[in-house]
Amino acid sequence: MSAYRDEDPRIHDIKTRIRIMFQDITTLLLNPKAFKDTIDLFVERYKGKNISVVAGIEARGFIFGPPIALAIGAKFVPLRKPRKLPGEVISEKYILEYGRDCLEMHVGAVKSGERALVVDDLIATGGTLCAAMNLLERAGAEVVECACVIELPDLKGRERLNGKPFQATMP
Amino acid sequence: MFAAENGLKGDPRLQGISEAIRVVPHFPKPGIMFQDITTLLLDHKAFKDTVDIFVDRYRDMDISVVAGVEARGFMFGPAIALAIGAKFVPLRKPRKLPGEVISEAYELEYGTDCLEVHVGAVEPGERAIVIDDLVATGGTLSAAIRLLERSEAEVVECACVIGLREVKGQCRLNGKPLYILVEPRQIENCC
Repeated sequence: MSAYRDEDPRIHDIKTRIRIMFQDITTLLLNPKAFKDTIDLFVERYKGKNISVVAGIEARGFIFGPPIALAIGAKFVPLRKPRKLPGEVISEKYILEYGRDCLEMHVGAVKSGERALVVDDLIATGGTLCAAMNLLERAGAEVVECACVIELPDLKGRERLNGKPFQATMP
Repeated sequence: MFAAENGLKGDPRLQGISEAIRVVPHFPKPGIMFQDITTLLLDHKAFKDTVDIFVDRYRDMDISVVAGVEARGFMFGPAIALAIGAKFVPLRKPRKLPGEVISEAYELEYGTDCLEVHVGAVEPGERAIVIDDLVATGGTLSAAIRLLERSEAEVVECACVIGLREVKGQCRLNGKPLYILVEPRQIENCC
C-alpha cells in the first residue's frame, strides 16, 4: 500500500522537493512544511497501533525515524554500519550490487514481542530493509511494517520483504 | 555553558537524561569511557525531554537552520528543526551528499577528517544552530561552524547533549556560544 495511490493532497508538494535524478531527500528537509507533512503522514498511519519500536537505518533513516518515534510514543533504535555501536551487538550481513555489507543492532535494545517499524528514506532492491527486518526478528520483535519516503518500483524491493507490509510516500 | 547553570538548575529532566546515558568503557579504544546515547533514545520520556529543552531554548530565537553533524546529530536535529519550523541541514562525511558541496577539513587525534554541506542548503544571513550528541575537543563542531559561516550564515549557538571535561569552563567555541545539557557519566555512578 502507498500513500500516493490515495492521492493525499500533501504528496504533490513533497514529491516536487525531491531531486528525482539522485533521489536526494536533503532538499525535502529544507522545506519545513513538506518535511513536517512527510512525518505527519507516517505518524497518522502508525499512531495508536501499539508500536513500541521505530528502527532507523543509518544514516538517512536517522533523519525520519526519531521524529516518528517521538510522536507515536515509541523508542528509537538505530541500525548501524559495523563497529559504530559501542555495546554488544547482533549483526546481519547482506548483499550489495558489488560485494557485501553488514547492519548491526545493540543487544537488549528490543525486547521479545515488541511491535516494530523499520524506517529508511528509500527502498531500492530491498536488501538493507531485509537485513533490518532480520535483526529485529532475531531479537524477537514483530515487524509490523517497513516505511520509506521513496520507492524505486522497478527494482522490485517489495518482493524481498517476504510478505511484510511496506509503505512508501511516493514512487 | 551547561543548562543547569543557565536557567535549568534543579530541573528534574536533566537528571533523567543523564541517567539514561550508558557508559561503555574502552570504546573505541582503551582508556575512553564512551558516552552511549542509544540508551537515551530507548527512553521515550528522556528523549522527548532532551528535544523539548532544546526546542524551548531555540523556538523564539528566529532560527531558520538546524545543522546536524553526521550521524548522531541526525538523531536529535530533525525533531528540533520540525518543532521550531526550521530547515534541517545534514553535515556529512565526504562523498555522501550527492550534490555540489563545500568541504571543511579538521584535525583528529591521528590524521584529519572532513565535513561537507550542500551548496545552497543555507542562504546568506540565515540564523543557524549546530547540533551533535557530544562535544569533546570541539574539532568537529569547529568545522561545522566554519562550513556554515562559509555559507554566510550566522551561527547563533552550538548545542550538544553531553559536554566533556575539555570544554568545561569554556562557554564558547570559535567565539560561538556552546549549550550543553549534561556532563559525562562516570562508571561509578552508572547502573
